[in-house]
Amino acid sequence: MARITMIEAIRDAIDLMMARDDKVVVFGEDVGYFGGVFRCTDGLQRKYGRTRCFDTPISETGIVGVAIGMGAYGLRPVCEIQFADYVYPAYDQIVSEAARLRYRSAGEFTSPLTIRMPCGGGIFGGQTHSQSPEACFTHVSGLKTVIPSNPYDAKGLLISAIEDDDPVIFLEPKRLYNGPFSGHHDQPVVPWSRHPLSEVPDEYYAIELGKAAIRREGAAVTVIAYGTMVHVAEAAAAETGIDAEIIDLRTLIPLDTDTIEQSVRKTGRCVILHEATRTSGFGAELSAQVQERCFHHLEAPILRVTGWDTPYPHAQEWDYFPGPARVGRALKAVMEA
Amino acid sequence: MSDPVPPPIVAPSTTPPLSLHVPEPAVRPGGKPDFSHVRVPEAGTVRRPPLDVAAADIRDLAYTIIRVLNREGRAVGDWAGSLDADGLRRGLRAMIKTRAFDARMLMAQRQGKTSFYMQSTGEEAIACAFQLALEPGDMNFPTYRQQGLLIAQDWPLVDMMCQIFSNEKDRLGGRQLPIMYSARDAGFFSISGNLGTQYVQAVGWAMASAIRGDTRVAAAWIGDGSTAESDFHSALVFASVYRPPVILNIVNNQWAISTSQAIAGGENATFAARAHGYGIPSLRVDGNDYLAVHAAARWAIDRARRNLGPTLIEWVTYRVAAHSTSDDPSKYRPKEESDAWPLGDPVERLKNHLIGIGEWSDERHAQARAEIDQEVLDAAREAERHGTLHTGPKPSAKAMFEGVYKDMPKHLREQRRELGV
Ligand SMILES: Cc1ncc(C[n+]2csc(CCOP(=O)(O)OP(=O)(O)O)c2C)c(N)n1
Ligand SMILES: [Mg+2]
Repeated sequence: MARITMIEAIRDAIDLMMARDDKVVVFGEDVGYFGGVFRCTDGLQRKYGRTRCFDTPISETGIVGVAIGMGAYGLRPVCEIQFADYVYPAYDQIVSEAARLRYRSAGEFTSPLTIRMPCGGGIFGGQTHSQSPEACFTHVSGLKTVIPSNPYDAKGLLISAIEDDDPVIFLEPKRLYNGPFSGHHDQPVVPWSRHPLSEVPDEYYAIELGKAAIRREGAAVTVIAYGTMVHVAEAAAAETGIDAEIIDLRTLIPLDTDTIEQSVRKTGRCVILHEATRTSGFGAELSAQVQERCFHHLEAPILRVTGWDTPYPHAQEWDYFPGPARVGRALKAVMEA
Repeated sequence: MSDPVPPPIVAPSTTPPLSLHVPEPAVRPGGKPDFSHVRVPEAGTVRRPPLDVAAADIRDLAYTIIRVLNREGRAVGDWAGSLDADGLRRGLRAMIKTRAFDARMLMAQRQGKTSFYMQSTGEEAIACAFQLALEPGDMNFPTYRQQGLLIAQDWPLVDMMCQIFSNEKDRLGGRQLPIMYSARDAGFFSISGNLGTQYVQAVGWAMASAIRGDTRVAAAWIGDGSTAESDFHSALVFASVYRPPVILNIVNNQWAISTSQAIAGGENATFAARAHGYGIPSLRVDGNDYLAVHAAARWAIDRARRNLGPTLIEWVTYRVAAHSTSDDPSKYRPKEESDAWPLGDPVERLKNHLIGIGEWSDERHAQARAEIDQEVLDAAREAERHGTLHTGPKPSAKAMFEGVYKDMPKHLREQRRELGV
């Protein structure tokens, strides 16, 4: 099995699906000839031709709008929004159209789209290359929202997303493209090749949407995380020596409440992590779910560690990013509560 | 995979199957640069219409290129003569300074003093000449590639550099990506990283000026690629309906990162021609010809100020440098392409013109360059004393919570306390 990066895993998944199904079409800004600003579609235009993988005008509403039309015809579009921070012009097409088409047409028309977008900070991208807008999508009925934390999952989840008959928002934490990231920005960059989850089979495999993974088993506290924060949680657990059970949600909607419930019933404590701003973030939903399902098992209040409720700043990136020190403090706090 | 089934392909036998058109630039890496699709008329051949011309009477001007400087460097035709020698020298110095600033800040990025930089190489005439045709109080809504608007009005370079370095003297408190300046006193609106959003805002600013009976005008800026965004089209329809005092600038530098202007629709019609459907007068101008830029800008600005309404201008130019410090253009266009660009280099062309009319010399040029390089270097040293992205004094973590709202709400005060700052 090859050890590959998250970029390569994503490309691999798209490549495989284009080969298996000629209805899969791939497009977005700089996606065709150049292969995407992060190179996730590199080589696909050469391999499948210009009508299956192509550049689009700089119009996010246009990209998603034509994807919906192609989906209605019967194609299976996989489109890229260059940065999640630029998805807002497409929001109306996603929310009012893609998400509701099945419902309002009683299944006559559907939107089998995959909308990929790099998200999250950690690259000094400032407020327009760092956002984590997942809650804007999890709040919308009719959408599925997926966010992988490693190459193995990225490939299997993206294959499932492309095969899914409903619109899937596929968020790619860009800080993880080339290596795992513990949040220790002052330490040397670690390549994926040193991480076991960079071992990715060449062949087709699918990871069912809606199934979380336990990254670390533990008895003391449940940490619910996704994307980059999974790696931060692992670092914080190792550094504090707290026996945390770390859940990597992988799919936010549909949510794997069974795994969450089992874990919190076992540990009696829960810390929720995300990079996105706190108020009305997905952590609020998670906290409500835990409270509703596990209230009698909880031994301490649920804590959230998140980005602050400010735009993502440039110079203060590491004061903003919820790194291992802040996560470690929260772990200690729930243990002492 | 189940429900969506594409309809069977049922073309009557007489109809050949459809195929999708996907534009490609004339040449890719390894090929010979080819600009034969850019038709360049002789300088001085395009008429200068009266300010109150009807849009319908100048539709042809969206399909040609207004040029003043001819091959010999002489200023010819109706559009010549908007500037005296002092004005021309000022423009030349502004362009040299913009280029020197870009070179210095590119180097600073390579040295790790900032995270990001974008050059405007080859496009300097547009921002510099346009700015020098505006009046104090007018407002630009610039893109990230219009640093010349600030530099041409002698805005302090140290102030710009401190923003680029996100240091303690950055007036924006380190919040914004480098080069996303904001300088209200310079008529320079805060730059958004989200493309196109500000085009329509400029129209709104101009509407406000008209509502209040003011005399100030607004300038909207956008790149060829970004004209695809809906905000561009919204701007045109509002400008068409309310006829506010706004100049709608499109900088067509042929590229939008790796996609050619054909992917923005430049294959079938010019960008200037987009104004026609809205009944807005439009011009297409040689953006590498300082005199043409100044004259056309002046024409449009005068129209706006006299309540004659909006003008759209396509500035035809070429993005000589990489898109940004994160980009490698050799992956998608021939390396020699910029040498083949038929409109030449704006600095060289203005320099040659000034020398031709006896108002400049190679020696003065070399001396001006040396002075400007020194000025830029001194500014960089001064700015670096206040810190660079990773070293020295920087904006505080505490300041990160300020300015989200006018008054900091309780939840942000609590979060600030939680961070312990
Ligand atoms: C809404 C939005 N979508 C995508 C981007 C990413 N992006 C930044 S610059 C750029 C190309 C812009 O090209 P053009 O408008 O021609 O301007 P130029 O860079 O050539 O000056 C793209 C796609 C963005 N910043 N904002
Ligand atoms: Mg461009």
